[in-house]
Amino acid sequence: MAQNIIDVKNLSKSFDISSKEPGLKGTIKHFFRRQTKSLKVIKDISFEIKEGEIVGFLGANGAGKTTILKMLCGLIYPSEGSILVSGYLPFRRKENFLKNITLIMGQKQQLIWDLPPIESFYLNASIYDLDKFEAKKRIKKLSEMLEIDEELFIPVRKLSLGQRMKSELLAALIHEPNILFLDEPTLGLDINAQRNLRKFLQKYNKETNATICLTSHYMKDITSLCKRVICVHEGEISYDGKLDLLLKKLSPVKEILIVCRSEEDTIKLENSGFTVKNKIKNEITIKIENNSIISSLKTILNNFDIVDLFINEPPIDEVIGKVLIKKDYDI
Amino acid sequence: MNLRKYLKVYKKFLHTSLASELEYKTNILVDLITAILSLVGSIFLLSIFFQNSGYIGGWKFEQALIIQAIYTILNGITNTWFNPNLTEIVKHIREGTLDFVLLKPIDSQFFISLKKINPSGFLEIMLGFLMLFFCIRINQINLNLSFMTLSLITISCSICILYSLWFFISTTTIWFVKTWNAIEVLRSFLYIGRFPLSSFSFSLRIFFSVFIPIAFITTIPSEVFLGLSVFWKILLEIIVATIFLINSRKFWLFALKFYSSASS
Repeated sequence: MAQNIIDVKNLSKSFDISSKEPGLKGTIKHFFRRQTKSLKVIKDISFEIKEGEIVGFLGANGAGKTTILKMLCGLIYPSEGSILVSGYLPFRRKENFLKNITLIMGQKQQLIWDLPPIESFYLNASIYDLDKFEAKKRIKKLSEMLEIDEELFIPVRKLSLGQRMKSELLAALIHEPNILFLDEPTLGLDINAQRNLRKFLQKYNKETNATICLTSHYMKDITSLCKRVICVHEGEISYDGKLDLLLKKLSPVKEILIVCRSEEDTIKLENSGFTVKNKIKNEITIKIENNSIISSLKTILNNFDIVDLFINEPPIDEVIGKVLIKKDYDI
Repeated sequence: MNLRKYLKVYKKFLHTSLASELEYKTNILVDLITAILSLVGSIFLLSIFFQNSGYIGGWKFEQALIIQAIYTILNGITNTWFNPNLTEIVKHIREGTLDFVLLKPIDSQFFISLKKINPSGFLEIMLGFLMLFFCIRINQINLNLSFMTLSLITISCSICILYSLWFFISTTTIWFVKTWNAIEVLRSFLYIGRFPLSSFSFSLRIFFSVFIPIAFITTIPSEVFLGLSVFWKILLEIIVATIFLINSRKFWLFALKFYSSASS
């Protein structure tokens, strides 16, 4: 059984935030006498993550996801509580701890802007004390996994966002870390680039058993990568568990579009006790609860003259969107 | 600290920053011309000051040129290493890219102080040394081992003080976010280092010795060159440089506890 690699207990973080009234008067007042207040952005959270797990952190903007990631990788000191990552206190930033982790941020870059990415890779390799031969081997392996080749020799400023992100990943993974912290890694990428990145992360996780903590506003990232999600709402954990359980809880019904042979059948269907969403001529959309879907479909197929039918899952963004605005999910 | 690793990393720093700078040839050329014009302008200004009177603060023009030479060397060092790196700290903190530095298994102060290099500053350093050798000739300075050792010690101390002052101001960015103005004030104070300390009034001499030790940076090494130095002044410069260097380190480590990173 996999061991816990991340252990967080009663973690809280407060920041001093200054606020400013609008207008010139407010600006002058703000300049001479700054009003600051302490804002608790993370409130007494606890969770554990096992080795090799991919966990998605979900939450609205400002919910505290990135702050949690930054505390886990040791960038921010926690105000209260304890964090243990791979047996280390992250904020001490010990060399062996740093050699085990990496942070990738979709909106920030570490590559040297005017030079080809290969130069940044070798610089990182020297920082992680890798010899030239080992660095070359790892660059080759990762570039094959990421499907980049010629791009390695083109100045970063001339690469597309997708090519840059792949290079960022390579630069961040050259030391083969065990724990990856990814803060919106697919931000701004086109659909194909997003899919390639997800494919790479899945492959990396499978090959190295690395633990991945991910935040993303693209639901496809979460659904295709994470079995477990931690939902953060105003600094508190509102849900921590399996993604499919959450989805079932949040969307207990499926929508079924039924195309009947005649309009009479749709009227009969409408009057047979199903919850109807809408009806247009010989097409009717009904809602059926997940746990009775098989029996209901049998009844429909046996008793009505059906030409075609479509089972529609509710849009995932819409479902997850409910998590971002609600505090507790009792599952 | 693994010295071999740090040397290897520094070699990479040199390689990548030179390669980055050489991407923009015209910029380097403009920087080189600016360095030459700046030195010519400074000597011209100095000569105007000495036009009416042969002495300023007890120093002859030929002697004052030594201060100018040391100032040029230090300014070259500033432009080669301090300016490209220490001004970048402000950017790192404002944009949150300091995150990448802090998560590398390498000393963060080493990384942010030495990652970049501006090759055009080398010309200033070379011009400064050429001028210094010229001054040694015209002032008939006897080059011996003790002189060489003392001048090396005092110039090294000057570099340490200058670096520490600049680094100290840049570090305050962690709290104040924007400190460009403070760095500009420091740079303008450094111009004062082109003139002998004794040419200023008593109160200014105290200010530039105690509060902002610009006086130590050029005057004491120049006194060594002219054989005017006294032991206690050299010792004092060593003590000041050590205190500044240690405190800049402590201050950086202290400040990092308050680093909150930029929001994403």
